[in-house]
Amino acid sequence: MMVAHALYDLFVSPFADFAFMRRALAGCLALALGSGPIGLFLVMRRMSLMGDAMSHAVLPGAAVGFLLAGLSLPAMSLGGFVAGVLVALLAGLATRFTSLKEDASFAAFYLLSLALGVLLVSKSGSNVDLMHILFGSVLAVDQPALILVASVATVTLLLLSVIYRPLLLESLDPVFLRAVGSRGGFWHMLFLMLVVLNLVAGFQALGTLMAVGLMMLPAITARLWASSVGGMLATSIGVAFGSGVGGLLLSYHFELPSGPAIILLAGLVYLFSLLFGKVGGALPRYVRTRHLEG
Amino acid sequence: MSIALENITVSYQRHPAVHHASGQFVEGECTAIFGPNGAGKSTLLKAMIGALKPDHGKVHLNGFKRNDIAYLPQQSEIDRSLPVSVIDLVSTGLWHHTGPFGRVGREGHARVCAALEQVGLAEFQHRPISALSSGQFQRVLFARIVVQDARLILLDEPFNAVDAKTTYDLLELVRRWRDEKRTVIAVLHDYEQVRAYFSQTLLMAREIVAWGQTEKVLTDDNLLRAVNRAAHWQEHAPVCRVDGEAA
Repeated sequence: MMVAHALYDLFVSPFADFAFMRRALAGCLALALGSGPIGLFLVMRRMSLMGDAMSHAVLPGAAVGFLLAGLSLPAMSLGGFVAGVLVALLAGLATRFTSLKEDASFAAFYLLSLALGVLLVSKSGSNVDLMHILFGSVLAVDQPALILVASVATVTLLLLSVIYRPLLLESLDPVFLRAVGSRGGFWHMLFLMLVVLNLVAGFQALGTLMAVGLMMLPAITARLWASSVGGMLATSIGVAFGSGVGGLLLSYHFELPSGPAIILLAGLVYLFSLLFGKVGGALPRYVRTRHLEG
Repeated sequence: MSIALENITVSYQRHPAVHHASGQFVEGECTAIFGPNGAGKSTLLKAMIGALKPDHGKVHLNGFKRNDIAYLPQQSEIDRSLPVSVIDLVSTGLWHHTGPFGRVGREGHARVCAALEQVGLAEFQHRPISALSSGQFQRVLFARIVVQDARLILLDEPFNAVDAKTTYDLLELVRRWRDEKRTVIAVLHDYEQVRAYFSQTLLMAREIVAWGQTEKVLTDDNLLRAVNRAAHWQEHAPVCRVDGEAA
């Protein structure tokens, strides 16, 4: 009885007693559902650092939104989305029409965007505002923010399930896709749009910098545990949500900032998986198992 | 009528890899594309499937539709680190039936299984493609072509890094395609394979050196000419004035 009570206090009562914790929990679930799969596709397409670049790219848009409408979520989200898509578009065009590779184009344009963003923010707001944009606060997620995050997760899952096959084939065998008459670039742009959308969704809860953490860490972890795409999707969503819940509880009980607590927890899961991951982890390779006959 | 080239030039940074190539492939026969490294053979295939845009000239499909063309890429073009199984990869050969969104269905699945059986990999359906040897993977790519069931089949260096037994098995598939009156065009490096299986040969070294019946094309004289024209980039090559295109 005592144990049950202690467990209740530890795991349930923070959410049962406080509405802001419940909203944060729902926000984490929605973010995990959207960002987990997106991150996995980034990893599979060898674009793991692209999420990071894009997260910096949304900054000037959010700043412009802030300048025009103050600390308003819709304005900042819309601004961030426009800036992110613009950077993706310009980088895509630069890749297509010059000899530069995609990573170089993205690096150049996101840096431009980031500098512009910092300039705008420091010219107009206080440092506190900048901190809020960069790091967010999942505990301050309100009803409209929750609706935004949930809508983005819904759109992401629906659209991903529709473009799943061409998107995968485009990274697997791009020339074949061209040969059967499908334009790889179109699916790629749609996907980049989803990346931006999810970063913007993660923005209020985790800030532009931390949102990438929930996108990439669970996805990279998933590759160490599962060997099929389905298994990886499930693992990455699971790890993202688990880190969300755990991070919220840690932040509640130990009065830690919630964003970093969530991402650090995801990071711990990643470090554990590096060692013990069933598929491709470091240690299972050294465990002696009897080989098969053929 | 069959697929034809009309004065095709494809270049990388203004240096032509395929230079003013014209001619027509013979329908229902096997044509080998033969020539030294850097002769533009793979580039020509990519231009024919529309993956590269020619600077100049046109590919006339002459009655072939896109659905009628199957293409075997070089293995290096495929990212084998992705978590995809053999059956998934071969099923992409059903693209013209499924499109980006449609389901494979029972009949499609049966075709995929039959194709894997034909290339001797019936047991390998659920293996991840990262766990295959290059020979096995080449069999998988051939199975996809079988599934595509195309009238025009383009093969880019199909027997690179493939052992003798696998090469033999796959060449038997090519022979079957020939008997079924499909048009096969393959980039090859092995003289004996060309002579044994391919009635037509296109010998190229950026430009077309010779094109026609294999025994008439693969003469010592022609081969020497191809090697001598071997494709070195001339850093300061003058602007090409054939056709007056640069005038």
